[in-house]
Amino acid sequence: MNLVVAMKQIPDLQQIRFSNRRPVLADVPKSFGNIDKNALEAAVLIKESYGDGKVTVVSAGNEELEDTIKEALAAGADEAFLITDDNALDDADSSIVAQVLTEAIKQLEDVDLLLFGEGSGDNYSGQMGPRVAKLLDLPMVGYASAIEIKGDTAIVVRTLEDVEEVVEVSLPAVITVQSGINEPRIPSVTQILKAGRKPKTVQDLEDLDLGSDHKNQVVTIDILAPESNRKQIKVNNASQLLDALKNENLIGG
Amino acid sequence: MAGIMIYSAKDNLALELLSAARALAATSGDEIKALTVNNDSQAQMLSAAGADVYTINSSGLVPADIGAMADSLAQAVQQMAANVVLLSSDRSGKELAGSLAQAIGAGCITDVLDLQGKDGRIECRRNALGGAAIATQYIESDRQVIAIAPKTFSAASGQGGSVTELQVSVKPSSIKVLEVKEKDKDSVNIDEADIIVAVGQGLNSKEDLAMVEELANKLGGQVACSKPVATDKKWLSEERVIGLSGKQCKPDLAILLGISGQVQFTVGIRDAKTIVAVNSDENAVINQMADYVLTADLHEVVPELISLLA
Repeated sequence: MNLVVAMKQIPDLQQIRFSNRRPVLADVPKSFGNIDKNALEAAVLIKESYGDGKVTVVSAGNEELEDTIKEALAAGADEAFLITDDNALDDADSSIVAQVLTEAIKQLEDVDLLLFGEGSGDNYSGQMGPRVAKLLDLPMVGYASAIEIKGDTAIVVRTLEDVEEVVEVSLPAVITVQSGINEPRIPSVTQILKAGRKPKTVQDLEDLDLGSDHKNQVVTIDILAPESNRKQIKVNNASQLLDALKNENLIGG
Repeated sequence: MAGIMIYSAKDNLALELLSAARALAATSGDEIKALTVNNDSQAQMLSAAGADVYTINSSGLVPADIGAMADSLAQAVQQMAANVVLLSSDRSGKELAGSLAQAIGAGCITDVLDLQGKDGRIECRRNALGGAAIATQYIESDRQVIAIAPKTFSAASGQGGSVTELQVSVKPSSIKVLEVKEKDKDSVNIDEADIIVAVGQGLNSKEDLAMVEELANKLGGQVACSKPVATDKKWLSEERVIGLSGKQCKPDLAILLGISGQVQFTVGIRDAKTIVAVNSDENAVINQMADYVLTADLHEVVPELISLLA
């Protein structure tokens, strides 16, 4: 069973500071999005229950990716296939990244199952799985909260807002997972040390054949922290709090 | 002249999209066409609200097969000569957005919280950086797919619509729905509550939820929580999760108990009119976005509040 997990390198969201409402991203360490880690864990669990197979992580980003990927290799991935570029991928929109990931995946042999998080940790746009499935002309099932491999099909519990659908999809297929599907493992020190020695293919973006027409379709005008001007009034106890809320007519009495 | 196509599998969201399309068409003069798939009652409803409705009826089309749905919508886009497609950014609408955008070579923006036509383009606002920031974006390509968050627009009304049938070809699906289960109905809509009492990981035990529920009842509010309380501890249902991957709430009053203030949570409550933070850590991040800050153990504060409200 050859499993491929697509993961996105994002800035560590806890460490982003803002200056004049603008995010300062320089020197913020990189990580993978949380739901991407669920996707990786799902792949590793399938491999383990299947008895054999390989989990390959595919990712596109700047050169820091070569370091960030160790996180995934320590957490159970067997190999990595990376597409890197100094900066072009940092500002690439979903349509371009989908094309890049697709070109990378096409170079992998006999892929049975492709896993994505339902949304990335930073933009949570949810386009990557559906776009890559379309580009590869594979069936896609989204929002998986459970996956079971049965012969050449996967039985997937697809959890939507008000219903759960149990769906059978023939392999190869694309599945996007949601965060509730599992609890990603915390790698041991030995696993972290071994991660650096696992096979890793790094390809330059320039070496991919993306055709002539690959420019961003989405233009970002600005990214700003929302304005917040809360009163931040300190109250000392429950009764002071209730008085304040009553004064504002927020509660009765 | 360009055209706007709207589609949502959900009736209420389809009506909201009709309002969004009308707001855009008011400045652009675009024609609006509503699409329904295997849903005659929705077609009637949209037509009764004044929409020109186009229907796809195909027994071979599996709604869970997002790729096949996208192929059908792509054919509708072609036949209607639409260049802007508005979808609902609920779960299935959001994945359809990515799939359809790829199928028709469109740029795509999902989870749109606000949009307006400006200088011939559609400016959209959505969360970025895990909700820590808001991005303003527009799509440059001729074809655009925009998925709009539920409740961004109110439901449209009107009269004098029409219904026309469309024919599309559908390939055999590789996806089979074996079973559809209604979710255990904790049929609460925290995003509609005027008062929310939310708990986070500061809550010691599941048993302590009882007093939180009592406080919410006394205030006429709903109990909500941060994501770990539902997904890790499973003390409350996921219907009650506030935040980026939960509900976006705009209550008049939000009382946040034992919540540290990670942005993945605060993005879902920052539009509340008044925010109260009760946290034992006086440096908790949540205090910076609160109107009233009480530095204390919630397990002591909640019983006091209950007895004072008695």
